Amino acid sequence: MPGGEERILRRRISSVQSTKKITRAMELIAATRVVKAQQRAHAARPYATRMTSVIEDLAAAGAATEHALLRQSDEIRKVGYVIITSDRGLAGPYNSSVIRAAEREIMAGTREGRDYSLILVGRKGRDYFKFRNYRIDASFEGMSDTPRYDDARRLSTEVSGRFTSGDVDQVILVYMEFISLGSQRVAVRRFLPLATIEEIAALGGGSAEARAAFEFEPSPAGVLEVLLPRYVESRLFSALLDAAASEHANRQRAMKAATDNAEELIVKLTRMMNRARQDAITTEIMEIVGGAEALRNAG
Amino acid sequence: MPLEVELVSPEEVVLTATASMVVVRTTDGDIAFQPGHVPFVGVLLPERVRIYGDEGEDGDTQLIAVHSGFVEVAHDKVAILSDVAELAGDIDVDRANSAAERARATLADDPDDEEAAAALKRAEVRLAVAAGTAI
Repeated sequence: MPGGEERILRRRISSVQSTKKITRAMELIAATRVVKAQQRAHAARPYATRMTSVIEDLAAAGAATEHALLRQSDEIRKVGYVIITSDRGLAGPYNSSVIRAAEREIMAGTREGRDYSLILVGRKGRDYFKFRNYRIDASFEGMSDTPRYDDARRLSTEVSGRFTSGDVDQVILVYMEFISLGSQRVAVRRFLPLATIEEIAALGGGSAEARAAFEFEPSPAGVLEVLLPRYVESRLFSALLDAAASEHANRQRAMKAATDNAEELIVKLTRMMNRARQDAITTEIMEIVGGAEALRNAG
Repeated sequence: MPLEVELVSPEEVVLTATASMVVVRTTDGDIAFQPGHVPFVGVLLPERVRIYGDEGEDGDTQLIAVHSGFVEVAHDKVAILSDVAELAGDIDVDRANSAAERARATLADDPDDEEAAAALKRAEVRLAVAAGTAI
């Protein structure tokens, strides 16, 4: 007959065991998701590369650099922050580190007398800023796990709209950059106004001399007009894809740690349980021996 | 030397092929590219893109539904960048049909609805590609 303490420990062990099964499953799911997210990010790269290449062509042709998305403000009064977090938790420090970096940035801006405008992706970020009574101008959900291009487009419409209408003078993008499976870091980037097209072209690395003289239809400016909004979309899309890969990598790591901890806990609890059982047995033997001793003395 | 064609959507490379000729519709009208074409960048309209196979014009011609985007041609490489680029096999005909009907209904009420007109055009392009009808 197991003692009270032993029974309690047995129950705890089985509870930890089922938790471990869950975290283990989540770890495995996250692991496959990271791979998928990485593949998607990889598949999306040719489009971005081509886009940059067309911008190089335009720069070489000396296209007019007058465009609403390139507008540099002399004075920055209001900054838009696009903050990419996840919808679901259990991803270790993923959300908190992005949110912390973003909040620090907002604070720094406010100290310099700049107003802020929040455009949030992911439920976690929304919850955080809502709880702290920040003014949220737009929030998006359901796109952080597996972002589609349509999601990037919706986000882009919101962001570009605020910028081109003059509501905000600058847009800063905060998300977690995916460097490798083992390393992700929070990136805080100026997103809008875009760098001048010459600067974007320089990113592509192609030298201007190698570029032939292009014909443009309808005209260099006309192409630029159509191209820049798509360039913004594609940049946001790649940030979303990066963030998704980072989210899954972080979740995998967090769940691996949880599984390891559960294993450790099970070993410890099992040891405690065994000791408790042994104690109970020893006590029982002592009682029997004591009882027998007393009977013999009596007889 | 044949043309190298690459059809790229934001999410993936949809198609790579070699071709003898590629025909697209830009804002200024239809334009055909053959090997040796002068470097060119154009804005695409929603329309079928025709890729003529390597073996002359009667070879396997591929039709692709493209909904706006760009075409960049340089050094016998044709890159078509499009938000949406669908091969005939990827098109959901039922969905395109119902989208076309919806757009027509909206246009019947309000002939100036640009969004519906664009939706109708997209659906028509999809259906034409699915049916394999050349321009």
